[in-house]
Amino acid sequence: MGKIANQDIIDKLSAQFGDKFTSPTEPFGLLTFETTANVIAEMLAFLKNDEDLKFGYLTDITAVHYPEEANALCVVYHLHSLQNNVRVRIKVSIPVSNPTIPTATTLWEGANWMERETFDFFGVQFVGHPNLVRILNVDDMTVFPMRREFALEDPNRVDKKDFFFGR
Amino acid sequence: MSNFITETTPNRPVYVDNDPQSELTTLNLGPTHPATHGVFQNVLQMDGERIVSGVSTIGYIHRAFEKIAEHRPFYQITTLTDRMNYCSSPINNMGWHMTVEKLLGIETPKRVDYLRVIVMELSRITDHLICNGILGVDTGAFTGFLYLMEEREHIYEIFEEICGARLTTNIGRIGGFERDFNDIAFAKLNKFLEKFPPILREFEALFNRNRIFIERTSGVGAVTPEVALNYSWSGPILRATGVDYDVRVNEPYSSYQDFDFEIPVGTTGDVYDRFIVRNEEMWQSLRIIEQALEKLKGEPKGVFHADVPEFYLPPKEQVYNNMEALIYHFKIVMGEVDTPKTEVYHAVEGGNGELGFYLINDGGRTPYRLHFRRPSFINYQMYAPMSAGMLLSDAIINMSSLNVIAGELDA
Repeated sequence: MGKIANQDIIDKLSAQFGDKFTSPTEPFGLLTFETTANVIAEMLAFLKNDEDLKFGYLTDITAVHYPEEANALCVVYHLHSLQNNVRVRIKVSIPVSNPTIPTATTLWEGANWMERETFDFFGVQFVGHPNLVRILNVDDMTVFPMRREFALEDPNRVDKKDFFFGR
Repeated sequence: MSNFITETTPNRPVYVDNDPQSELTTLNLGPTHPATHGVFQNVLQMDGERIVSGVSTIGYIHRAFEKIAEHRPFYQITTLTDRMNYCSSPINNMGWHMTVEKLLGIETPKRVDYLRVIVMELSRITDHLICNGILGVDTGAFTGFLYLMEEREHIYEIFEEICGARLTTNIGRIGGFERDFNDIAFAKLNKFLEKFPPILREFEALFNRNRIFIERTSGVGAVTPEVALNYSWSGPILRATGVDYDVRVNEPYSSYQDFDFEIPVGTTGDVYDRFIVRNEEMWQSLRIIEQALEKLKGEPKGVFHADVPEFYLPPKEQVYNNMEALIYHFKIVMGEVDTPKTEVYHAVEGGNGELGFYLINDGGRTPYRLHFRRPSFINYQMYAPMSAGMLLSDAIINMSSLNVIAGELDA
């Protein structure tokens, strides 16, 4: 698939970032690794500007909520190197009590709405974002609805209880 | 400028025209304006006919698909994907099926791949037909649109023959199709392949060298490849700037590597180039469909799904008469089948660009998390910045050529 082997990317990143670059895996061939919120901006800039890697295309930014874990919010970046035809996925776990992470809008203009969407649904605070406000939900919403503690429907509803359906 | 905006809520600026010194006018373009082709709003500051600045407001038809998807088994999420880009919903459906198949390690037979390619390329044509037809309407040429809509109707008839639905198709299943294409579907497809090229040629003759159309579109919304990549653009509008990125070639899925086709690219990235790129992509889609029909002749007849009883619902008569089928039916519907605990990102080339599905599975009945990378959402964020300095009439055709679909924008 890609013109650069995943192992080469791993070598390069671990040489540059040492122990800040952790747990690389390859689900379905897509190199996935973790890092911390204080080096993510530096790492994204390195991946984007490195002369061999050229991860110049930001595919997506999103988040996942794992309520059982200490750092419950996991911000996920998908980068794509169009020249080398290879993708990477970067995960950064941050605590719900202090969900701050540096913005990627300094590197890609396209990160603007992706981060606003992530903030809107998960409450991740992207520090340095020019206009971090809700984008899809109404402005007076007080919660972050994609977090796991928010049920899809009002749990007090009785008209959808199973016993009405004979289950 | 600043005393125009009363920042009651930061996202939805309420514009109050209370500055008598100001020469600027506030214009609400949308949310329900005939020229926006969907429910989204732009609050524009106008200096006469020229746009000074704009704020895009989206989310009017947000339906929380990602949240709903966390409560639905895999086979029920297909109907959610329909409602994203409803101009080419079969591509969304197929993209979702292929994501789940990648997760589960299902290998589909070649015949299924080719049938899928036919369906996906047909829906790419419907998507581009709408976009280019509407672009004509917005520049004042209504005729071309009417010619094209007749052909879109013929494609929808083919979809109707394959799956029973026209717009929100819910076409195919995990592992293949719910039924084989019947003879009427192939007959209609062949008739379409015969009748469509002359009409597309006529449409191109109306527009491509039309002086009024060129004057109207050329140079409008021109974007350099660097800026387009910086804004994470994808699809025809990125290719119009000259970047030959197409998921079908970069990461072939559904056996696209077996086909011989070209990726048309533009040079200036303006509205005219996007129009030409989309027209050329329709020709390439026709080429692919013809090749797929040719390849189908070499494949065993009657194969329309992979042999995966754990995930593919058995025929109903077997469920009532056969114990194995009943067990599998029960297991699929109740979500009792084990699935790998891993994550997968799968992208397909949608009508508007890279349509990605990021699926995190925890082995349960439903996805732990499903994120849609929606090309319209990511492409549209450049609209307000690039409108600054444009004439209002140019901004309208610029929006048409971005082909923003409100369903995909808001998800």
